[in-house]
Amino acid sequence: MTTRRNFLRGCLAGGAAAAAAVVPETACARDTLQRPPEGLGLLYDATLCVGCQACVAACKQVNENPPEFTAMEKLWDTPLDTSGHTFNLIKMYRNGTMETKDAEQNGFSFMKTSCMHCADPSCVSACPVTAMIKDPVTGVVAYDADACIGCRYCVAACPFGIPKYQYDSPTGKIGKCELCRHRHEDGFYSACAEVCPTGATLFGRTEDLLAEAKRRLALKAGDWTNVPRGRLPAKGEKPEDAAKWKGLLDQSYEVRVGNYLQHVYGETEYGGTQVLKLSAVNFEKVGMPNLPPKSSAATSETIQHTLYGGLIMPIAVLAGLTFVARRNVVADDETPKGGK
Amino acid sequence: MAKQQLISLESDSRILAAAERLMMTRREYLQFCAALAATLGLPQGADAAVAEAVATKRRPSVIWLHFQECTGCTESMLRSEHPTLEKLILDVISLDYHETLFAAAGHQVEAARKTAMQENKGKYILVVEGSIPTKDGGIYCKIGGKTAIELLKECAADAAAVIAIGSCASWGGMPSTGPNPTGASSVAEVLGKPVVTIPGCPPNPYNFLSTVVHFLTFGALPAVDHLGRPKFAYSRLIHENCERRAHFDAGRFAMEFGDEGHRKGHCLYKLGCKGPETYANCSVIMFGDAGAGTWPVACGHPCIGCTEQGIGFAKPIHAMAKMKNIEPSVFLPRIVEEKGLGASLGAAAVLAAVAGAAAGAGVMVTKNLGLSHQAEEMEKAKKEGSKATESTEV
Repeated sequence: MTTRRNFLRGCLAGGAAAAAAVVPETACARDTLQRPPEGLGLLYDATLCVGCQACVAACKQVNENPPEFTAMEKLWDTPLDTSGHTFNLIKMYRNGTMETKDAEQNGFSFMKTSCMHCADPSCVSACPVTAMIKDPVTGVVAYDADACIGCRYCVAACPFGIPKYQYDSPTGKIGKCELCRHRHEDGFYSACAEVCPTGATLFGRTEDLLAEAKRRLALKAGDWTNVPRGRLPAKGEKPEDAAKWKGLLDQSYEVRVGNYLQHVYGETEYGGTQVLKLSAVNFEKVGMPNLPPKSSAATSETIQHTLYGGLIMPIAVLAGLTFVARRNVVADDETPKGGK
Repeated sequence: MAKQQLISLESDSRILAAAERLMMTRREYLQFCAALAATLGLPQGADAAVAEAVATKRRPSVIWLHFQECTGCTESMLRSEHPTLEKLILDVISLDYHETLFAAAGHQVEAARKTAMQENKGKYILVVEGSIPTKDGGIYCKIGGKTAIELLKECAADAAAVIAIGSCASWGGMPSTGPNPTGASSVAEVLGKPVVTIPGCPPNPYNFLSTVVHFLTFGALPAVDHLGRPKFAYSRLIHENCERRAHFDAGRFAMEFGDEGHRKGHCLYKLGCKGPETYANCSVIMFGDAGAGTWPVACGHPCIGCTEQGIGFAKPIHAMAKMKNIEPSVFLPRIVEEKGLGASLGAAAVLAAVAGAAAGAGVMVTKNLGLSHQAEEMEKAKKEGSKATESTEV
């Protein structure tokens, strides 16, 4: 039986060890991860979007997702938000009389809702297994249903509310955009970009897309400019690299420059995302949260890895709790109660 | 508006005579008049009024001027395949001056125009086809030694109504596209007052004919919009009634000419179709009178927006249309879509009742806890007491 002296000694030793462990552990503070150089992504330009939802339909088709009905007559796929069966959706900002497109007052604007493919994804950080993985080369945040344990931490972790669980199925999976990675090996790129009639959704390397976005921001609103559609070829792309992808290379057309906000959403948010967005209406109003350059994954992992490094802190806490518990225990009176 | 029934004209000899004159059967004639009334969007009963007017009213004298144009409006009108339409045009109206159709020439024709204007002063309809050159005093188009400006002003002065047919006369059309070397202008610009316009390159003959028949039947031109276009024909976008609209809504587009989507009849928006920014009824009444599938979009070519100033001949055919109809779909979700309906009053009342009952029950249970203990104690004491008495008894 442990004596009080022994116990206190143990506590002291544990505390010291924990204190010693905490000091080097702070050195494992993790920086926000950055986009891989060859990372693939999308550029969504809300001023070009006409709200036709071709991308929504194409996404459903290539991902073999069923339609979702919210209207009385079940004619059209009408999801209200992304879900386990809807990975991509065009939502609409509405204000007042909704007369002018891309106006904040009495106007309307469209916004694509799909995975942003963060440089430092919260869902990957939160996943206790290896079901959410960020591809080291393409940067696609991919989901592996075979590894998933169904905890739905990713659902709670994502600042954009993207991973969604298929609650309607007893063997539900997480549903989210994976940039059509299952089509890449056949030379097809993201279906949403492939079918977009106006080039509002453009596929390419994020680096090139960022350059294209900045080019558009530098133009004068109302001027004519050439805008690519489908896939944006990489800067100085060799023909053999271009041949990897199917489809017409140059589908560009002339369009008037939109009245952009001078901000490329996704350039720095949470260390950057691989899907970039341009809009004429305040990003928070169209549902894109205001995020700092430091990712929450970096913050939480720093805290967690510090606390749980070598499991020393938990042991120390357990020891402390045990001590407090023991001290508060009142020894039972050995003598039986005097009955009648 | 005459409230007549078509049936009342069944055995009308005037109708029979009119049908014979137009080389139609009586039934064909009445059907034709009903179709015209329907194109005009007139209520029931108007078909009979139209039939009667066409059969009995004095044919209005029409003076038809040609300026800077290709005569396509006239040609398309003559080639309409509806039962002997050319016969009807020439019979419903009294065409007193038309440079293309007149057999006569020179002074003879000019004299005919003057006579017609004199005889029908204030009653004739002036139809203008083609734009009017205004640069350098209008010297770029002269007929019979007169410039187009002089001719137009002279003829318009005593006209009961002026109708500009085709895009050239309506807003300048193809001749007015940059750099516009002749200063081509519309009829309204030259006359300085709004006129009825039937834009299109060429316009649908029925839109013109319906306008004339409206004038004949009711003595007034049909309601027009701010650009002088009859509302019955030009109040809706081609996109709104397009047969390919379902493909647009479902996001199925032809990506290039001849591809799978194009062969399957998918939406031509991505190929530059101007349907979403062009007001005309082509998608409703088609074109060319050869049945369904005989208007540009049905044939597989994107609409070029020939009726719209600034679009037809101005915007490249491949250039993307501006979505004028973006009254965005009601199906598009809001940025944050409210889900559920909130608590109804009844549901809230039931919930409150349940909560109240639970709280009351809880209170009672707590109260009884002590009581039952007391009762138990008392019971015990009683039992013990009775045991004691029993033992004493025994």
